[in-house]
Amino acid sequence: MTTLADLAPGRSGTIAGFRESGPVVHRLMQLGVIEGQPFAVVRTAPMGDPIEIEILGYALSLRRSEARVVLVSEVA
Amino acid sequence: MNPAEPCRVSPEPPRVTAARDGAPIVVAIGNPNAGKSTVFNALTGLRQKVANYPGVTVERHAGTLRLAGGDAGLVDLPGTYSLAAQSPDEMVAVDVLLGRIPELGRPAVVLVVVDASNLRRNLYLASQVLELDRPVVIALNMMDLARSKGIAIDVERLAARLGVPVVPLVASREEGIDALRFALSEALEHKGREPVIVAPELQAAAQALCEDLRGAGRAVAAYEVERALIDEGGYAETRLCREHGPSTLALLRGVRTGLVAEGSVAALETRRRYHWINQVVAAVERRVPRGPTQSDRLDRVLNHPIAGSLAFLILMAAVFQSVFFWAQPLMDLIDKATRTAGGLLAERLPEGAVASLLVDGVIAGVGSVVVFLPQIAILSALIIFLEDTGYMARAAFLVDRLMRLCGLSGQSFIPMLSSFACAVPGIMATRVIPNPRDRLATILAAPFMTCSARLPVYALLISAFVPPTHYAYGLLNLQGLVLLGLYLLGIAGGVGTAWLMKRTLLRGPTPSFLMELPPYRLPRLRSVAIKLAERLKVFLTRAGTIILTVSVVVWALVYFPHPPALHAGFQTERSAAEESLAGDPLERRLVELNRQESAAFLEQSALGRLGRVIEPVFSPLGWDWKVTAAVIASFPAREVVIAVLGTIYAVGAEVKAEDAGLIQRLRGSAWPDGRKVFSVSVAVGLMLFYAFCLQCTATVAVIRRETNSWRWAGFAWVYMTGLGYLGALVSVEAGRFLT
Ligand SMILES: Nc1nc2c(ncn2[C@@H]2O[C@H](COP(=O)(O)OP(=O)(O)OP(=O)(O)O)[C@@H](O)[C@H]2O)c(=O)[nH]1
Repeated sequence: MTTLADLAPGRSGTIAGFRESGPVVHRLMQLGVIEGQPFAVVRTAPMGDPIEIEILGYALSLRRSEARVVLVSEVA
Repeated sequence: MNPAEPCRVSPEPPRVTAARDGAPIVVAIGNPNAGKSTVFNALTGLRQKVANYPGVTVERHAGTLRLAGGDAGLVDLPGTYSLAAQSPDEMVAVDVLLGRIPELGRPAVVLVVVDASNLRRNLYLASQVLELDRPVVIALNMMDLARSKGIAIDVERLAARLGVPVVPLVASREEGIDALRFALSEALEHKGREPVIVAPELQAAAQALCEDLRGAGRAVAAYEVERALIDEGGYAETRLCREHGPSTLALLRGVRTGLVAEGSVAALETRRRYHWINQVVAAVERRVPRGPTQSDRLDRVLNHPIAGSLAFLILMAAVFQSVFFWAQPLMDLIDKATRTAGGLLAERLPEGAVASLLVDGVIAGVGSVVVFLPQIAILSALIIFLEDTGYMARAAFLVDRLMRLCGLSGQSFIPMLSSFACAVPGIMATRVIPNPRDRLATILAAPFMTCSARLPVYALLISAFVPPTHYAYGLLNLQGLVLLGLYLLGIAGGVGTAWLMKRTLLRGPTPSFLMELPPYRLPRLRSVAIKLAERLKVFLTRAGTIILTVSVVVWALVYFPHPPALHAGFQTERSAAEESLAGDPLERRLVELNRQESAAFLEQSALGRLGRVIEPVFSPLGWDWKVTAAVIASFPAREVVIAVLGTIYAVGAEVKAEDAGLIQRLRGSAWPDGRKVFSVSVAVGLMLFYAFCLQCTATVAVIRRETNSWRWAGFAWVYMTGLGYLGALVSVEAGRFLT
């Protein structure tokens, strides 16, 4: 399944779920990364990591290792 | 914890709690960047104090809130996205809200600062607070930003949905502050309210478990049980089990499996909360889609992989340069002023211990505190400004990958960089690092960076012991290369320390790098000024007193016992000189005698004796008692070593690092048997010692203050001093091996 880390900047989709559970996933969820939420990948940092996404109308940065845990369904 | 607290979440009769002085306490909480400090400052102005919560590194800002019905205390909680606690630091918010901090009591009202332009994420924390049975007032801040993003919020309907007063604000322009004041004074009179219920099954389960525990004679609040249920493996769970016995863990697990068949209670909580939030927001918020904002356009440049990196480099170089351009002249001025003041005082006071204490102890001590101020003020002002604009988060985003190589995150970059000027503002800037282990690792690494106080010491040692050989047709100079090497050594020491600490003492799961990139904002100068004043105050009061004390102690070591016979001897010589000489030769002779007298006194002094007593400790490094005494005297502040060497070698305490006389004496310095003290390996060893050793009381005091414990300050001191010793020893041994 596609994860958030697989999407290039400019792509968008909705959050589909998580590959594991744990404190990082809990933090992500508190920040609004929950099932059904639409998001867009905005850009990546110089060495390709971390990435910036837009979700709930604000900009969130997360590392690739964290993005890999997030399952997404791509829309565009 | 108040054992009389009922085991329920329904409203309890109002019991307005008071701080020690009798005023009720209002607690402010909010997401990071929601504008909480701005609201706090608008409400209290300069009437605020900073302290630490007991046992944690979290700061507590407390101010006085002038309300129609009398004064109240306003207490700030650190910015947070949720009440979930994975560390003692994060538990502070829950503790304050539940009244577990003895000197605060239970808050009479909770003020939640909410960012209107980001309503849904901000309502997450608000909903957690609304579950408590405390009166709540919501400050709906950033209304201007919301408007410019095309967001309209029906404030009255929001208040009705939440069951608490909601006050729209533009805190940066102080719009709505009076209405907020009014709402707070109303709330202080308020007689309870219906708590919001977001996840009924969770609250019921917590309730039941709480009653069970209570039946077993355990005094516990239902809310704490609820947090422990949610924060599986988190700090709330750990603490509940510690306080109420390990059997509690089994009880919690039992309740959890009853609540969710699969997944975690935490996930259940979050889903329920966002479900509730979506319903509220759907009823109160309307969005008109707008094009990209100013902030988005800025980000296209400043956060661009190439253009952004370039802008970052330019900005950092500018910040760095400004310290040397603006601070250095001021520092020289302060230095001169202290010497002049000391000179003037010395002329007016009768010679003796009192005059010496005032001039060499107190005035010099105060001077050595104040001389730091320009650097600290300029760096801190720039850092606070960049934080308030929102750029700091972008900088962390850009360099995160790089910083991860040494086990840290992007947020550690700015503190490390500013430590090249001075570690004090660098260590203060670590407050933006949310993970406590990363923050500590950064604090321990920062003092290794080559600060401006190391430069004169390096300059002296290099010009004394490194020949100015040129290589590559004059392009490379050995002295310059050694200086570069010392800089790189500092970086290696810092990076290595961070790396080592993250693998040993500060080992733990990789902290998440989930970070909001807030929209760019033009900071208010008043906010920057208030935050800056606070940092300077902290430095002056906390570090200042320690530096002054240490200065006086070192003065006493240098001054006493001050045998009168020695002075009498030099007086005789002076009289003899006055009889036989006149004019310039007399002047020179008198100056010479004064220097010899200072050197003789120093040799007789407690410090001189100490230097001899502990000479064996440092003799493996090739140091004689003179070097040892100078090193000991420079533990309060490393740059002092030059003045002490100047006194010991009788060239006067006012010498500069490039003084030819001092350099001559250092080179000529010899053991009683005629061997030179400074071989190449001893000189290199001394440089290594100064590169690593934590000879800076200001840094020690600031570490103590920022970690809220002497343990880490002591550890840093022992660790760095040990490393300095080891470096010098390796150099000497290598020298012995090679020759
Ligand atoms: N446009 C706008 N900017 C605001 C408003 N309130 C605060 N700001 C700005 O937002 C930035 C952050 O404000 P702070 O008060 O430092 O935020 P905070 O919530 O205390 O942030 P932390 O210190 O990280 O907890 C500053 O640059 C403020 O000037 C507002 O109502 N409108």
